[in-house]
Amino acid sequence: MKYLCLAYGIQQQMEALSKSELEALMVKCRMHDEELRKSGHLVSGTSLEWAAVSIRRRNGKVVVTDGPYVETKEQVGGLVIIEAKDLNEAIRIAKLHPAANLGEAEGWGIEVRPIADGCHQ
Amino acid sequence: MDVREQIEALWRTEARRVYASLVRLLGDFDLAEEALHDAFAAAMEQWSRDGVPARPRPWLVSAGRFQAVSHLRRRARFDTQLGELAERLEHEDAAPQEDVEDDRLRLVFTCCHPELPVEAQIALTLREVCGLTTEAIARAFLTTPAALAQRIVRAKTRIQQEGIPYAVPELADLPVRLDAVLRVVYLVFNEGWSAASGSPADELCGEAIRLCRLLVELLPEPEAGGLLALLLLQEARRPARTSATGELVLLEDQDRSLWNAALIAEGARLVEQALRSRRFGPYTLQAAIAAVHAEARDASSTDWAEVVGLYDLLLRVEPSPVVELNRAVAVAMRDGPEAGLALIDGILARGQLGDYSLLHAARGELCRRLGRVGQARVAFERALALTKLEPERRLLQQRLDALRA
Repeated sequence: MKYLCLAYGIQQQMEALSKSELEALMVKCRMHDEELRKSGHLVSGTSLEWAAVSIRRRNGKVVVTDGPYVETKEQVGGLVIIEAKDLNEAIRIAKLHPAANLGEAEGWGIEVRPIADGCHQ
Repeated sequence: MDVREQIEALWRTEARRVYASLVRLLGDFDLAEEALHDAFAAAMEQWSRDGVPARPRPWLVSAGRFQAVSHLRRRARFDTQLGELAERLEHEDAAPQEDVEDDRLRLVFTCCHPELPVEAQIALTLREVCGLTTEAIARAFLTTPAALAQRIVRAKTRIQQEGIPYAVPELADLPVRLDAVLRVVYLVFNEGWSAASGSPADELCGEAIRLCRLLVELLPEPEAGGLLALLLLQEARRPARTSATGELVLLEDQDRSLWNAALIAEGARLVEQALRSRRFGPYTLQAAIAAVHAEARDASSTDWAEVVGLYDLLLRVEPSPVVELNRAVAVAMRDGPEAGLALIDGILARGQLGDYSLLHAARGELCRRLGRVGQARVAFERALALTKLEPERRLLQQRLDALRA
């Protein structure tokens, strides 16, 4: 099964980090990517820019707005698609992601969602 | 067979064993799961080059352990605790060649530890011992994968926090601890058995039998053999329990030529062994009852006196109103419906099993045999209102329809 791991973070808190704190974080992320690639669980993954544009149809018209789809403090800041035997293995793997290990100061967390089979194929 | 096929075959036969050893060596389920995955990945790389080793299992165990230590070392850059753990693992006795089968038994006893809620014991055993996926277990137990995954995560956390040991219990604790394990096996089988055939829960019966065979093989306790006998004797009736149109067929109406003779023979042998030990318990007695049924050509030629006698014993070992109900049905077969009905009404008069659909179904059947159509209808209707199981609902509806005709 494939699982989507969405890393949620808070832009302001990330921007408040010092340069060296940010670098240390990047090292962690690169190491994690490398481990995931080596173990064969990685399907695809990337980090995201904060800037977002949302598109939806309202009152019969397609409306494009500046900003994320849902206005909350936490926004998707990265995503990884992994291959795992089941949800518990996906959870185990996601637990190793830096977003699951940073504390309140950085404000990250991770959401794991199964990728439905057979859709749009 | 090329190396890839050999490794795939090894995965099917050895992965759960290697995993059990890694849990013991690493003391952590998640670390062991990761190590198992890495060990097979390492095997793929190295064996393609150097060939498959003579004894693949110990190779996989030590490769897994090595991989786990190196993971911990890398992660220790951010978490000093992991460094200490890596240090400890590396310097622990590197000759971990204890009996691997003991590791599987350890894993069973840990997953079925009485400190864990029963639902967690079941989920954990099916995933960690039997190797079922979270999604498959969730489907079988009609719950969401997310809820089931959390149950498993919580159970693992609890094992760590409470320091639940990874060990086969001491002889003094064995009876109580074995009871817990056997109950999990029994519940897994029942869950599969009571589901409509063809549902995702079906495979649970097979898993329960495999698990019980493992127990009997590793821990030759009479009651484990008794439970295996019970499961086999019940499984033997599977081909006859539903009609061609998928309707449930009661024991007395089943076409006994469809019963699986090999399973019955094995079950009967196991029952005899367990009974001879004189250290048997309720599962063995239930199996002995099932064996009496299995040996009879049809319902009327069943040795009902023997069945009643076995229920008497069972009531002494494990008194319960449900056993009393079953005994009442056997008494009805031995002495006539009136005698059985009196016993069932006695249970109800004590305020027990009033909400148990099978009591009302049995009551309805006995009333029907006595020609008390009105009472039979009331009882079947009460049973229908109480059951949630679809096959049972259809059967009761048939009975009601037959009364009207």
